[in-house]
This record gives sequence, structure tokens and C-alpha cells, in this order.
Amino acid sequence: MVEGRIIRINGPIIQAKGMASAGLYDVVEAGDLGLVGEIIRLNGDIATIQIYEDNTGMKVGERVVSHGEPLSVLLGPGLIGRIYDGIQRPLEELFERTGFGIAPGVKTHPLDMERKWPFKPLCKKGDKLEKGKPLGVVQETEYLQHPIYLPPNKQEGVLVEVSPEGTYTLSEPIARMEDGTELFLCHSWPVRNPRPYQERLGMEEPLLTGQRVIDVFFPISKGGTAAIPGGFGTGKTMTQHAVAKWCDADIIVYIGCGERGNEMTDVLREFPEIHDPRTGRSIMERTILIANTSNMPVAAREVSIYTGVTLAEYYRDMGYHVAIMADSTSRWAEALRELSGRLEEMPAEEGFPAYLPTRLAEFYERGGRVTTLEGKKGSITIIGAVSPPGGDFSEPVTQHTKRFIRCFWALDRDLANARHYPAISWIDSYSEYGEELKGFWEKVNADWATTRAEAMELLKREQRLAQIVKLIGPDALPDTSRLVLLCADMIKNGFLQQNAFDPVDMYSVPEKQVIILRLIMDFYNRALRIIRAGAPLLKLRSLSVIERIVRMKSQIPNEKLELVQEVKSLLDRELGDLEKEYKV
Amino acid sequence: MRGLEFKGLRSVEGPIIILERRENVGFGEIARIRDRSGVMKVGRILEVSDSAVAVQVFGPTTGLSIEETSVEFLGKPLELRVSVDMLGRIYDGLGRPIDGYPEPFSSEFRDINGIPINPSARTYPRDFIQTGVSSIDGMNTLIRGQKLPIFSGSGLPHNRLAAQIIRQARLKTEESFVMVFAAMGVKYDVARFFIHAFEESGVLSNVVMFLSLADAPSIERLITPRCALTAAEYLAYEKNMHVLVVLTDMTNYCEALREISSIRGEIPSRKGYPGYLYSDLASLYERAGKVKTSAGSITQIPILTMPNDDISHPIPDLTGYITEGQIVLERELFQKGIYPPVAGLPSLSRLMKDGIGPGMTREDHKDLASQLFAAYSRTKQVRNLAAIIGEEELSTLDKNYLAFGDRFERDFLSQSETENRSIEQTLDIGWKVLTHLPREELYRIKEELIEKYLPKVPEGR
Ligand SMILES: Nc1ncnc2c1ncn2[C@@H]1O[C@H](COP(=O)(O)OP(=O)(O)OP(=O)(O)O)[C@@H](O)[C@H]1O
Ligand SMILES: [Mg+2]
Repeated sequence: MVEGRIIRINGPIIQAKGMASAGLYDVVEAGDLGLVGEIIRLNGDIATIQIYEDNTGMKVGERVVSHGEPLSVLLGPGLIGRIYDGIQRPLEELFERTGFGIAPGVKTHPLDMERKWPFKPLCKKGDKLEKGKPLGVVQETEYLQHPIYLPPNKQEGVLVEVSPEGTYTLSEPIARMEDGTELFLCHSWPVRNPRPYQERLGMEEPLLTGQRVIDVFFPISKGGTAAIPGGFGTGKTMTQHAVAKWCDADIIVYIGCGERGNEMTDVLREFPEIHDPRTGRSIMERTILIANTSNMPVAAREVSIYTGVTLAEYYRDMGYHVAIMADSTSRWAEALRELSGRLEEMPAEEGFPAYLPTRLAEFYERGGRVTTLEGKKGSITIIGAVSPPGGDFSEPVTQHTKRFIRCFWALDRDLANARHYPAISWIDSYSEYGEELKGFWEKVNADWATTRAEAMELLKREQRLAQIVKLIGPDALPDTSRLVLLCADMIKNGFLQQNAFDPVDMYSVPEKQVIILRLIMDFYNRALRIIRAGAPLLKLRSLSVIERIVRMKSQIPNEKLELVQEVKSLLDRELGDLEKEYKV
Repeated sequence: MRGLEFKGLRSVEGPIIILERRENVGFGEIARIRDRSGVMKVGRILEVSDSAVAVQVFGPTTGLSIEETSVEFLGKPLELRVSVDMLGRIYDGLGRPIDGYPEPFSSEFRDINGIPINPSARTYPRDFIQTGVSSIDGMNTLIRGQKLPIFSGSGLPHNRLAAQIIRQARLKTEESFVMVFAAMGVKYDVARFFIHAFEESGVLSNVVMFLSLADAPSIERLITPRCALTAAEYLAYEKNMHVLVVLTDMTNYCEALREISSIRGEIPSRKGYPGYLYSDLASLYERAGKVKTSAGSITQIPILTMPNDDISHPIPDLTGYITEGQIVLERELFQKGIYPPVAGLPSLSRLMKDGIGPGMTREDHKDLASQLFAAYSRTKQVRNLAAIIGEEELSTLDKNYLAFGDRFERDFLSQSETENRSIEQTLDIGWKVLTHLPREELYRIKEELIEKYLPKVPEGR
């Protein structure tokens, strides 16, 4: 134990003397209230410390104590379904203990230490416990198996004692090794250290989000990284909520980093009511929330990202697919900037510290698809919101983020203003996973790649035509071009727009996504031939199948895709009549 | 009051004084500063080290001398004396009564910084507030517990709109509001205008006012909204009242923050505003809401003037990133003579989706609002086109859109300052203006609703 005295206080950054034997990044208890802090710089016997709680009233001369341990999270059964602040304090428990405001200095346990968990051993006395070998397993939720391994920072060795099948609390040892080390159902891990795995894998498995514009045009892989940049109110949070609700990950870690309190409340209110279409269980049973909202201490906002990703790695190591939503990485970057300013570091662009890109890279690098120590396949997909000042993507956080992600879902102010949601621009967005995911999609529907390419081509042509329409109006265009406008509108209204509040439309299975788009493209191709054979556009525009196609998204539920046949026959009938009439 | 008093400063620079360190000086706590003529000022401790203390003074530092100034450390953060008797009273920007009466009798004090609300202690806001203003109720519904700012420009009628909301805001249940009003750096006329509005609607005795007018030291503005929100929190979370807070003008608040930051030599981010402007604004705006431990609520309407009408300026931009939507006033509409000139497309209420519909407003509200947005957005495109090719060249459908847009602005958006429309009236007007469009164009509305609500005899044709 090291004990020093505070000599300087500048907001959440303080300095203490007498800390020569403390280590960099060690946690401290600072001041009379014992606030949680972390040593971020050492110089002689003076430690510079970042405080994670409100330190109003702290005085020079108060003591600082370090136990020589890095800032860590506690990992074990019971994380699922909880809501934590940036340093893993359970917010529900804080509410019970101190009322609606978050008071500094309250000591809590991240996990329930009293609860008994059903444990089934998979090793026995005399076995060698190696890294990645499950010692046993706990049923964490009804559908989640939680294997217990040797903590990766402990030595391998022979087990001299293993508890029999039964229920145990987190503080009861369940095994002992020959060197005397006791093993528990939980262990702690330093948040700034990535957890080990065997090797990184390719990204050929998609993370299906149920959001059509994403899955078809800008898909993401399990283990991939994506950024959602957009000005205020363009739909970053809504998109992340939609992905968190409907994507086919096993676990969601949702990090509300410097954003609104009500948005976290919204998740707490809504998620328990929504059922995962794959397991039938409430999606809260696969979700962990980290909430360090904009009015909570800024230093804890900086660390919340690492807390979240460490929890994600823990479940990845069990062979699960985890998706992280970080809303918003810009607020995290601003926390870095604020702390850096107080440390009087030399700023780089717009006051951000020069190490901003390194930190961003480190964070996104913790995503990926891997072979775990046990040999299973697990992944962490990271989806980060970016909030550029003035909605201008040329600012440092957006620009640097772009270097480390491979999916860019750009939100467009004009689309959002026109209430075209999700306002993901089909012109500015991109995904580099398209090629890797081709294999998967061809199995869903052999037409995926061609349909996608044709539709994108049509949207690009529409964009060029729109420039002309702005100048001369649509009526001056030839009918073939006006057909492009008509069909692009069908894609926008019937495919790209997706209403997050409509019970049928809010989530589309892959088959449905391709069917809708294919039908629109079939309509276009056949209509084009009819127009070339001399039919006026009006004849096509007045077909009733158009409205049927556009309303399919909300009229055909995922589990009743056979209803598509009716629309298809209507299309055949109406276009067939015209084809006959114009002898196509 | 307890407190250690010390004489003498090391330096004075603008509103910041530095003195030799004294024992027991807590970061963020307050100090009382007495100048050579005995005048008292309040200050807050910005930084402490083992050799010096930096204090930010909330008042003019002119005339503060190095030798003759004494400083007393009170050992606690700045507090406001709270009581339900604050209602009907007027305070200065630092929370001292200025209406000639003594402080309300109470021994309860609250830290003006409040404490961050635990997200798991919040109740999600979803109760509809009827403001009687169609552009708000119909298109950008205000919800009890929401923070919904008005983004305005100089010379636009934001104060008139705010006063109209104050006069008319009602819950469906007819429960009424108490009000907290904070003026930061506004002219006396503006404060008078609001006092008058309160008086006129007979609510003056239900209002707490904090006035830091244009002639008060600018740094005082950093305290004013915090006093106001502390009063609001006390009334809402401890006394179970529904509180409507109006903060005007947040632009002046932000400028005071910039001033302090530049005196402290901090590295600025955009336009000279400090990098922590977002967090600082959030520490105010996030004090709106509802909590599980109380039946009360705080609804916030911050008003700000966008420098140069520029919505991407850091003040509106960072505000929009924190608040739950925004009501944007538009100069073009104002010049057309439309009051209130609420811009159709950039305005948004994010909590609207959960507070409207059957049982709350009316079953057709969602679809209707969505259709009006879509149609108005199309109207804007048609107007651009008409400006280039001329109105005559437009297709019949486009002409319909022009007619719709015109009626939408004149009949739906526009209303008088004293007109208090019920939500049903608002929605009915919405349907009426839609009759200018062919029925097939109403693709965002469900068939049954069109059948039920669309007027059968179109006014347009
Ligand atoms: N997919 C969607 N479906 C329906 N409405 C949407 C959708 N996406 C966004 N919206 C609307 O836009 C509003 C703002 O969206 P959201 O809160 O996601 O914005 P944001 O980009 O996160 O903004 P900020 O940066 O300020 O947090 C929502 O409240 C909702 O009204
Ligand atoms: Mg958001």
C-alpha cells in the first residue's frame, strides 16, 4: 500500500506527493471520501491522478491510497441484464442506496456476491488446468452457458481440489491449484489490457441487423467495425438501438458514452419487452448497458469505452458473438481532449491530443473475429457513433475514425429533414465487407450480388438525373429517364426507408430484403422494355402493383413471405398485359 | 456563518483572483470576497495547490486591491436557500431576492450544481403537453419532462412564442405548471415583457424568477441557470410539482463561459469556445426530466439566438446534440408575416413518438404529422423548381403541392398570439390543408384514417 497527500486539484485532475512506489495506471482511493482515481502520470514522487467521481470539496493535504492494482472490472456470471456506470458501478444498486442522484464516494460491488450460481465442474482433481480449458460451467441465463476458465493472467497448473456440482456464490472458491491459487467464479481484469486469444480470423460471417439498407448495401461482418457519423438528430442513436435490438449477435454491450440519460432509460424500459426472434427470450437477457451520460464525470466517460470492450472480450472468450454500440465516440474523444487540456499537453488538431488516432486505433483493434483460447470462434463487432461538430465530416474524430473502420454509414441531414429514416446516405456510405460476405448471401439468394449492383447503379443514375430535374423539371426528361426516377422512388420508399416504430417493418429477415429489392428491379427491367416499345410512362405509373410493392415492407411479415407470390402475380399480370399490348 | 478570513491577494486578472494557499480550501467551494470599501462578492474555487488558490469572482473585480481585499472560505459549494415560498419571488442572478422582501423562511439549502441523475432512476417522459400552438402540438409535440430549446435569430419572435407557451401550456389532465424563469444577459425590456406575460395570465404567484440582466457582470450568468434549476429541482423532485423552466438567452451564457475560459488561457476548440462547452451545457440541460422517486417533472425550454442565423454555430449545434429536439424559427417565414415562424423541416421533437396517438392525443396524429412533414418537404422542392422554370411550367401535381404549402403555412403554422388551439383543432386543420393534395399522395396515412378524418368536401377545389 502506498499513501500520499494531495498537493494540487484542478477539476478531475489532481496531483499527490509521496507516491514514488505507486505504479502507472494504478487505481487509487483519493481524498477523505475515497473517490476512485487512476494514476496517469508519474514524475519523481508526484503522481498525476484522474478522478472518476465528482470531487467538489476535495482539499489539499487529504490522503491518496493505492493498493498497487490497475483499474479493473470484475468478470463473472451476473453481468448480463445490468446497467453500470463508466467504472462498473451498478446503477440500480446506487439508486436503491442513495436515491435518484449519483453521489460520489459510494462503494458498491459490480456483481452480486450473495447470489448462488449453479456450477457444474468439467475438470477433476489431478487434471492439469490449461489456458482455455473450461474448469466448469454456470448457467447464467436460461439460454446463456457461462464457461469458467483459468483467468488468462494466472499460471496454468494441476488442480488439487475441485468443488462438486452445486450452487456457489462468487466469493466461494470452486477449485484450488497445486501452488495454492484459489479459483472463483469471477476474476478481475485490467480494462486497458486486451484479453488474449489464439488467432484472428477472416470476416466471412455477416452480422445481420435486419436493417435493409445496411444488410444489403453496406453490410457488416461479425467482428467488423463500423462508424455512424451524423449531425444532431440525424438518427445515430435510433440506428444503434435498432441494431442492438435485431442483430444476430449473442450479446450486446451498449455504451452510452456522454449522451442523454433518457436514452438509457428508454433502453431499460423497452428492451425487456422485446423478444429476440431467434431465441424467443427478452433481449435484455443478452444486453449489458454502460451508462456514463453527458452530465456524469468526464474522466469516467473516458474509461467507459474500455470497461465496455473488456466485458465484450470476456464473453467473446467463451465463443460468443458480441456487438458493441458506442454512442458517442466523439464524446469520448472530447473527454480525452478535456483531460489532456488539464494536463497542459500540446494539442494537435482542434485541441485534441496528438495521441487521439492511436487511442481510436487501439479501441477498434479490440474488435475482430478470433479463435479463442479454447479453440471456439468468437467475435466482437464494434459500431461507433460519431458526432461531428456542425455535421461536418472533415473534422478530426470522423477523419481518424475512418482510418480504423471498414463500414461507414454516413447519415445525411437532408434525408433526416425529409424524415427519410434511417437517413443513411446511399451515396456517401460504404462497406468493405461486401466481397467477404458474398458467399453467405449467395446462399440466401443467388441474385444478391447482381440485384444489389443493379439497384445501386439505378440510385446513382437517379442522383445524376436529380441534378437536371432541379434545373428543368422532370417533365422535360425522356420517359426512360423518368422511369429511373419512378423506380428510384420505389427503392427509397419501399426498401431504403424503414420505420423503426412499425411492428412489421422494423426488422426484415435477409430473404425478405432481397425479395423486395429483386421485385423492384424486375419491375424496372420489364417496364423499361415496355417503354422502349412505345408505351408512355403514364401507363406504367398508374399500375396498382407499384403501391403494392412499396407497401410490402410493412404488409408482409417475416414469417409470411409466401404472400409475396400475390404481389408477383399482380406484377406478372399488369406488366404482362402491357407487354402484350406493345408486343414486347 | 463560519469561515476563515484572510487578507491579501497574490494577483487579480479579470474575474480571477489568486491568493496564497490557506488550509481547508475545498475545490469547487465558495468564497466571500470583501473589497476595501466593504462590498461583498461571491466567488468559486477553481483550482487549489499547496501554494495558491484560484478563485473565480462572480461580480466586478474593478477596484480589488492586492493588499486591502479579504477572502473568506465558507467550506461548502454555492447553495441556494429553497422553499415553496420561492414561488412568486424575484431573485438576482446569484439567487438573492431583489423584490424588496426578505428571503423566504427556510433552513433548507441545496448545492446549485445539483447531482447527476442516475439513468436508472429516471422515468421515461411521455405525457403530452398541449401548448395550443399548432406547429408545436401537431408537428413537434412537447412532452412533460422534455428539454426542447427554441433556436432563434436576433429580431425573431422567440420571446413572444415562449410567453405564449407559458400562458397556454396545459396537460390533458388539466394539472397546471409552476414556472421557473431565468434571464441571462437580456435587456430589462425582455424581463419586463415576461413579467407582464406572467401577470397577464395570472400566474405570477406561481413563478420563480432569476434575473441577471445585461448590465450585471457577465460572469454572474454562469450561476443564474444553476440557481434556477436548483429551485426547479426542489419544487419538482422534492415537492412533486410540474415545473416548466424557461432559460433565456443561452447564447449569453455560453459567451460568459468563453470569456472565463480565455482568461484562464485554456486551449479553445471551435470559435474560441472551450472544449468542455458540451459537458457544461449538458450539466444544465440534463437536469430536465422525471425521476421515479417523485411525481413531479422538469420541462425545459432554453431559448438561444443563433449568431448569424447559423445552426451549425457551436452554441445551437452542441445544444442540439444534448436536447431532445429543437424548435427552429425561420427568418423567411417571419418575413412572410407568419407567426409563429416555426421552420417545418429542421424542427423536431424526439420524445413526440411516445407521447402521441390513441389515448394520448388522437389516433391519426402520427400518420398525419408524418404526412404533413413529407408533403411540406416536397413543397420545398417544388418551390425551388418553380423559381427556376416558372410556376406555369409546373405539372398539375406540383401546382397542388404549391397550394398545399401555402395553406399549410397560412392556416396551420400561422395563428395569433392569443389563439389557443386544442389538439383536435390542430389536427383538423392539418387534415383540411391536406385536401389540396390528391388522395393518392397521402401515402403515409393508413386508409382507415383517411376514410375517417379527411374532409369529404375538399375546401381546395
Ligand atoms: N429509423 C427511424 N425511424 C423513425 N424515426 C427515426 C429513425 N431514426 C431517427 N428517427 C427520428 O429522428 C430523431 C433523432 O434520432 P436520434 O436520436 O437517433 O439522433 P442522433 O443522431 O442520435 O442525435 P444526437 O447526436 O443528438 O444524439 C428520433 O427521435 C426520431 O424521431
Ligand atoms: Mg444520439
